[in-house]
Amino acid sequence: MLEVSNLACSRGDHRLFSGLSFALHPGQIMQVQGANGSGKTSLLRTLCGFLMPDEGAIIWRGENIRELDEDYYAEMLYLGHLNAIKDELSALENLRISAGLSGIELDEKEAITALRRMGLRGRERLPTKVLSQGQRRRVALARLLASDVKLWILDEPLTALDVGAVALIQELVAEHLARQGMVIFTTHQPLQVAGVEMRSLSLS
Amino acid sequence: MTDMKRSSMLGLLVLVIRRDLVLAMRRRADVLTTLIFFVMVVSLFPLGVGPEMSMLRKMAAGVLWVAALLSSMLSLGRLFSADYLDGTLEQMMLAPQSLSMLVLGKMVAHWMVSGLPLVLMAPVLGLQFDMPAQALGVLILGLLLGTPVLSMVGAIGAALTLGLRGGGVLLSLLVLPLCIPVLIFGTGAVEAVSTGLSAASHLSLLGALLVLALVFTPWVTAQALRISME
Repeated sequence: MLEVSNLACSRGDHRLFSGLSFALHPGQIMQVQGANGSGKTSLLRTLCGFLMPDEGAIIWRGENIRELDEDYYAEMLYLGHLNAIKDELSALENLRISAGLSGIELDEKEAITALRRMGLRGRERLPTKVLSQGQRRRVALARLLASDVKLWILDEPLTALDVGAVALIQELVAEHLARQGMVIFTTHQPLQVAGVEMRSLSLS
Repeated sequence: MTDMKRSSMLGLLVLVIRRDLVLAMRRRADVLTTLIFFVMVVSLFPLGVGPEMSMLRKMAAGVLWVAALLSSMLSLGRLFSADYLDGTLEQMMLAPQSLSMLVLGKMVAHWMVSGLPLVLMAPVLGLQFDMPAQALGVLILGLLLGTPVLSMVGAIGAALTLGLRGGGVLLSLLVLPLCIPVLIFGTGAVEAVSTGLSAASHLSLLGALLVLALVFTPWVTAQALRISME
């Protein structure tokens, strides 16, 4: 499904990685590992099409993502370091808007169900500026529940999350993989998904 | 979750406009600064040049247009920067619909909070300059056609200067020259009416600029945003 061949990427004059090849198939999960500054985020951002690779190609269902463009975006979800939530809006508004931007109309009931599952009961209508860092991250992660795409690209999804939330994310990832979804992610914390082989990709 | 409802292109446009309007209403101070700046600049002129009616009448259209141009520069910096800083812009780029459409939505919302209030305020300020009713009408019509162009052309500059330090000044230097045609036709229309000619040609040129901007600027801005994100 997702095939990366001979990918090379640099930031400024610094070559981050080159000759990187891998393939990810339905039901598979891959962890990108490496020290700080080894290019994990750059790799994920390249997979999103934000960065142009120096060499190589990213192929989705047999076609280059550059050509697929919006058809590829309809099948993937990216969660970066930034939460992409607005302080002035409530958790509910934030979730409905970000789902709307990814092309899904979420009614209020569905959005509240998703937020409650993320452990935000009673916080749905508060402006997100009064929420804690971990709770904001939960609002951002609620997008995982409000989406039916194939490929998840998660950059440090576990930052600022407590033990309960980490367990919840593991559960969501397991459900996604069981639906033949794919996940590629980075983390410095252990993430265990029961019954699935965790592949890993080391950048050095 | 299964069978999720897909939103249409138009639905997305409405979503972006509504979102930006809600955000603007929750940060009302930003909207008001633009409007107050406009009113202040325009009101300074009668104080500065003295209360000679014939002179004020003559310069009214120019003053109002220049003030509108400057105050629209004031709000342009905010068009994309907040979304850029909190990561929303990244998500917009990953939207399965065209980025140009989202950009158009943001432009429309920007005009509604920063351009439209100026147009609505203009009649009051025009009276300060003792503008005749007919000239005032043409001025409003011109502003109505011209201020969206300022928002749309400005958006290109805002996208190009995204994330730059001191981007605000650079933005004005980039965008102001491009807005000169709007200024010329806008003031020209009022000039024509006050000398007894028809303003139709100037207004239709403004209309043509608006149509051109509507067709090209969303796409150009989308490309500029992609470059800025790298």
